Amino acid sequence: MSLLEVRDLSVTFTRSGSEPVHAVDGVSFDVAAGQSVGIVGESGSGKSVTSLAVMGLLPSRGVRVGGTVMLDGNELTDMDQRALRDVRGRDVAMIFQDPMTSLNPVVTIGRQLTEVLIRHAGLAKGAAKAEAEQLLRRVGIPDPVRRLGEYPHQLSGGMRQRVMIAIAIACRPKLLIADEPTTALDVTIQAQILDLLRTLVAESGCGMIMITHDLGVVAGLCDDVHVMYSGRIVESAGTKDLFARPSHPYTDGLLQSIPRIDDEDPDAVLHTIPGSARDTVAWERGCAFQPRCSRAVAECLAGPPAMAELGTPLVPHPVRCLRPVGDDVVLHEGNVAR
Amino acid sequence: MLRFIVRRLALLVPILLGLSVLLFAWVRALPGGPAYALLGERATPEAIAAIESQLGLDRPLWEQYLQFLGRAVRLDFGASIQTGQPVTEEMLRRFPATIELALAALLIAVAVGIPLGYLAARRYGTWIDNLAVTGSLLGVTIPIFFLAYMLKYVFAVELGWLPTAGRADPRARADHPTGFYVLDGIVTGNLDASWDAIQHLILPALALSSIPLAVIVRITRASVLNVVNEDYVRTAEAKGLLPGTITRRHVLKNAMLPVTTVIGLQLGVLLAGAVLTEKVFAFSGVGQFMADGLVQRDFPTIQGFILVIAIVYVVINMIVDLVYGLLDPRVRVS
Repeated sequence: MSLLEVRDLSVTFTRSGSEPVHAVDGVSFDVAAGQSVGIVGESGSGKSVTSLAVMGLLPSRGVRVGGTVMLDGNELTDMDQRALRDVRGRDVAMIFQDPMTSLNPVVTIGRQLTEVLIRHAGLAKGAAKAEAEQLLRRVGIPDPVRRLGEYPHQLSGGMRQRVMIAIAIACRPKLLIADEPTTALDVTIQAQILDLLRTLVAESGCGMIMITHDLGVVAGLCDDVHVMYSGRIVESAGTKDLFARPSHPYTDGLLQSIPRIDDEDPDAVLHTIPGSARDTVAWERGCAFQPRCSRAVAECLAGPPAMAELGTPLVPHPVRCLRPVGDDVVLHEGNVAR
Repeated sequence: MLRFIVRRLALLVPILLGLSVLLFAWVRALPGGPAYALLGERATPEAIAAIESQLGLDRPLWEQYLQFLGRAVRLDFGASIQTGQPVTEEMLRRFPATIELALAALLIAVAVGIPLGYLAARRYGTWIDNLAVTGSLLGVTIPIFFLAYMLKYVFAVELGWLPTAGRADPRARADHPTGFYVLDGIVTGNLDASWDAIQHLILPALALSSIPLAVIVRITRASVLNVVNEDYVRTAEAKGLLPGTITRRHVLKNAMLPVTTVIGLQLGVLLAGAVLTEKVFAFSGVGQFMADGLVQRDFPTIQGFILVIAIVYVVINMIVDLVYGLLDPRVRVS
């Protein structure tokens, strides 16, 4: 049994007077202890909503959550808020995108660290402070004693993200969710933060979900990857397998869009995926990626595409596509849908 | 910290200088002078001239101004034309009453306004929220004198629950070493006198608190609505903190910042509103004396009182800024 089992997760935003929005639909994945799983997608693909649903952090009004989220044998989706508050911060912790706004500006670093220790580990103030100092040291913050008394605005962006990570790992959670933890940081700091996360997962043996739009982050950090598009997973594979054999046209397009330093023709125009995430089709009608897909055929709009298994039972590689890349069928003029 | 205070106090000098010029010109621009007010409409020109020369009003304006300024720096504002007593003495006698009234009104506004604003934000869109929003709109729009008369009519005249006017029961014997009647009762061990003073304070304080209360409700509500959507509140929830901790440490501490500023500004409204409130409730404070002073064209009184109120206003806002610095480390002065 995996540490985290997400089965058929769906999140629907409902508002009176307008059509319900299926932000996440039928998402299933596993995270094992000590494993890092990447969830990749562009803005609006549902990756952040997935992580908030796992945390139970979605607002109760106007949101419907379906499916199951099992963490270490406990079902989270039907827990009440009181029970969830015991789980959050203790068993599952989260690192957010923007360390500038995710820390409370008027509370000291020390307070923001110790409060989670006092709440879940039942430490007294003095013990919590000593532990907080150790945590800051562990995430690579020099002079931790002084930093404990400082406020977020006195720290750089990278330092603040280290503090966020220290807060997240404070109670030794079984699962760590990192929602674009490096997006708001500059490149050199990004690499340091990713190194830190890799080390912490290896040392503690916790599972990690890495939410990102950056395939480079996935390549360096994750064991498995799930690519999301318009609220559904469109391709899942081991990281190496995915990079070696991208099969969904969307994944393939993403990989081709990465500029390469060893490009043979440095003046060549960078590959892009045409259109934007707004050019979409409801999954009930067909493949949501169809309007942007160069491989689309008429059948792509005949109902929701099923998952096709391109891997083996031991090394699965499911793809939600009728004409996956590499599975070459001769293109006939007539069956291009657009 | 000390430099900040010194700088703010130094800023008082140009403010007060400018204010004194404006004030001096303004009171003299009022139609009819103090002599006219003192002697009535059938006074002879000779009598008026005699009074004016006695008061020094026949000399050139710039000379009058310099004389006023020279005395004012020594806190001597001359004698009141109404009572003949030195204005400074009148002030010392009346300020405690106004401060007591303003503080009581502020206490009501803060103690009711902040919880109500918080509640309205957390119950956003429900009947509680609607009630708070409509109620506060009513609060800022109802004129103080109207509200004051209504309160007096309902609670003092019709129901008879509270006294109609004054600061204390005239039949009661009490000493007033500080001039703050509620405090005096406690100091002299005469708790009945304190209770009596509180009863006399309730209606005027309620009337006076209406505007600051409404403003504080609105600002608190808006501020809390803003803060609960901040990323750091989501972080606090992701930590699994208890709702009480999140409210106190992460929501309120941030949401109170704009409220603090507004409280400082409302003190100006309180001092202005005190004039009307004191008049309705015959509450013998600065406001009432100044209102009478205006009718009597009592130049020294008007000038002295307004200058002192300006000083109080600036000092209070300086204190608010200092408190703000305590609450928000980002603006803390080093």
